[in-house]
Amino acid sequence: MTAVTLDDVSVTFGAHHAVRHVTLRLQRSRVTALIGPSGCGKTTVLRAINRMHEQSGAIVTGTVRLGDVDIYGPGIAAEHVRSRIGMVFQRPNPFPSMSIFDNTVAGLRLAGIRNKRLLREAAEQALHHAALWDVVKDRLDQPAIRLSGGQQQRLCIARALAVQPEVLLMDEPCSALDPIATAKVEDLISRLVPDVTVVLVTHNMFQATRVSHDVAVFLLDEDRVGELVEAGPIEKVFSSPADPRTRDYLSGHIG
Amino acid sequence: MSNGPDARGLASVLLGRPEPQERLDGGSVRFEDGSSDPTIEFGPTRRTVVPRRAHVGLPPPVRRRTRQVTSSDVYNLLGALLVSLCTTYLLFGVLASFSGLIGFVIVFYVIFLVAYAVLVSINERGPTVRDKIMTSVLYSTAMLALGALSWVILSTVWRGHRPLGHLNFYTQDLSTTGNFAPRSKGGAAHALVGTLWQVGIALVLTVPLGITCAVFLSEVGGPVARLVRTVVEAMTALPSIVAGLFIYITWIVTLHEGHSGLAAALAISVTMLPIMIRAADVVLRLVPGNLREASCALGAPTWRTVWHVILPTARSGLTTSVILAVAWGIGETAPVLLTAGYTTYMNTNPLRGPMVSLPLAAYELVKTGIKTMVERGFAVAAFLLLVVIVLFAIARIVGGRGPGQLSKMQRRRAVRASRRDAQRFAVADGGRA
Ligand SMILES: Nc1ncnc2c1ncn2[C@@H]1O[C@H](COP(=O)(O)OP(=O)(O)O)[C@@H](O)[C@H]1O
Ligand SMILES: [Mg+2]
Repeated sequence: MTAVTLDDVSVTFGAHHAVRHVTLRLQRSRVTALIGPSGCGKTTVLRAINRMHEQSGAIVTGTVRLGDVDIYGPGIAAEHVRSRIGMVFQRPNPFPSMSIFDNTVAGLRLAGIRNKRLLREAAEQALHHAALWDVVKDRLDQPAIRLSGGQQQRLCIARALAVQPEVLLMDEPCSALDPIATAKVEDLISRLVPDVTVVLVTHNMFQATRVSHDVAVFLLDEDRVGELVEAGPIEKVFSSPADPRTRDYLSGHIG
Repeated sequence: MSNGPDARGLASVLLGRPEPQERLDGGSVRFEDGSSDPTIEFGPTRRTVVPRRAHVGLPPPVRRRTRQVTSSDVYNLLGALLVSLCTTYLLFGVLASFSGLIGFVIVFYVIFLVAYAVLVSINERGPTVRDKIMTSVLYSTAMLALGALSWVILSTVWRGHRPLGHLNFYTQDLSTTGNFAPRSKGGAAHALVGTLWQVGIALVLTVPLGITCAVFLSEVGGPVARLVRTVVEAMTALPSIVAGLFIYITWIVTLHEGHSGLAAALAISVTMLPIMIRAADVVLRLVPGNLREASCALGAPTWRTVWHVILPTARSGLTTSVILAVAWGIGETAPVLLTAGYTTYMNTNPLRGPMVSLPLAAYELVKTGIKTMVERGFAVAAFLLLVVIVLFAIARIVGGRGPGQLSKMQRRRAVRASRRDAQRFAVADGGRA
């Protein structure tokens, strides 16, 4: 089953092509890792999946489908797309003006939900889901910025999960974390499936092998524009890559 | 994870690279309280033990002093001061016939700097000497600014301190106070009431308008916002008398409304608005972009992002922008002069009749030239300073906390909520067990 389909997606920043002609299927209830060297457009592709480029002013061409729905189609609101496709950023970014509790339910509040009981249940569930409940259950009222970096990142994951998205996009969620916090987040990611389809950008091939089922390898082409080189189940791509550039990249010749 | 271990091996075989040992072959992670986290099991063999905190039970640490003033620093400073004082005295009193206080101070200061540099350079090298000179220049300019400010405040208070000591100054108006009435008669209560009304109305008008406009400038952007920003910046330089004239022409002459507190409030608003918009715009643009992105990625419409994320994050700065605008507006005299009229009577109705404000009262009283009235004028000015200080203190207490900091009351409420939560969890856990 395909959760998200990218069909000939290209993204340009003004005159600068960041990534082009990406055609990729993301399987439902699996973790797909996007790997590749810096600047090859992993983040750019990720942001095309939940229409975040409307914030940065980049132009996205091609089609992105969530299930059967073209998310860039007429009559589809960007807010609606983003509430079904959550996102976790490279640096933990909890809202500094809010408590831990308020951060967790921020997505619901921002969608206009006021019912206290509903919010409390959602918060509890999301924090359990993000393996943060036991750490924060007796200080839900404290400012979120007092948590450690790893806890903040898990709080951001809980915040994204509270909206109950079908797809969760994670842009190098561990790159600002220490090994222990990284291990916790990785463990959390592998427990998110099958409820959520996860797309994980990572620099770290070991991380990709630890948590993901599928992998998509991005590289820069001759014009230094990002492109998708190869995608498939991770065992297959890593053990017998079909494309020689993938083999070179994996063995450290590129990037 | 079904594909974990084999894929892990796969990559290393394929890449011909050693796996990072401590990461993949380590043991479970143990925490200082002896518990271990089962989610971080890497293998059966090794264990990572996080060391216990060493300082438990020890007395609290003492802050190390990293800035030290040695005795030679003090001697250098005193020596330079002495040298400079003597030399300047010689120049002014004995050798040449210079005179005047300002000249004395300037010559004293220059000689002091030179003497200090020479003294320091006996023992220190170039960078240190430059550093010391810069430090003394910075300190003395700060002192100069502070001194000028204190002088303004103290001289005002000094010249007006006698009426301030009488209680009637705060409770009476000037309607029955003759030119030679003693200090125990008459006061500035009517001007205080006027100021509070006028600034209050101006605040009610400008805070929503100003903050909305700042949000428009910083969040919406585009060519229109750029144009508005330019206009706002130009308006901050608008002489306040022009704002007064504008309201005078439109409100009083064209619409045939009389002089009133409301007209003054409108004029004050015109001068306050650009100040507030500019300050608030700067503060809002300082809100980190990744918070906007985080909110946007949760599916929030822009206006909810503004309301729930941007404004609360910038609250302390927005308070400052309001304070700035109030500080500007409360001291405005020129627009009030044209629009409020002048009266010695207490007028509590801002819609009708002339209504005097504190700065206008100070101006009118000092203008009379009669000794007791001038004294009252200075007292009113000092009182205005006091009112400003009180308002600032209130604003700081109400809105000056950084994002995430709770007020005492909020903290108490949060603690109660936490306690209720804890009870609920205990009950729930008991039920499960
Ligand atoms: N906001 C932006 N404006 C202009 N160019 C951008 C912007 N964001 C990314 N790019 C460009 O897009 C390309 C891909 O960037 P990115 O997707 O961030 O790479 P990755 O995440 O793989 O490291 C880079 O060449 C980068 O310079
Ligand atoms: Mg990136």
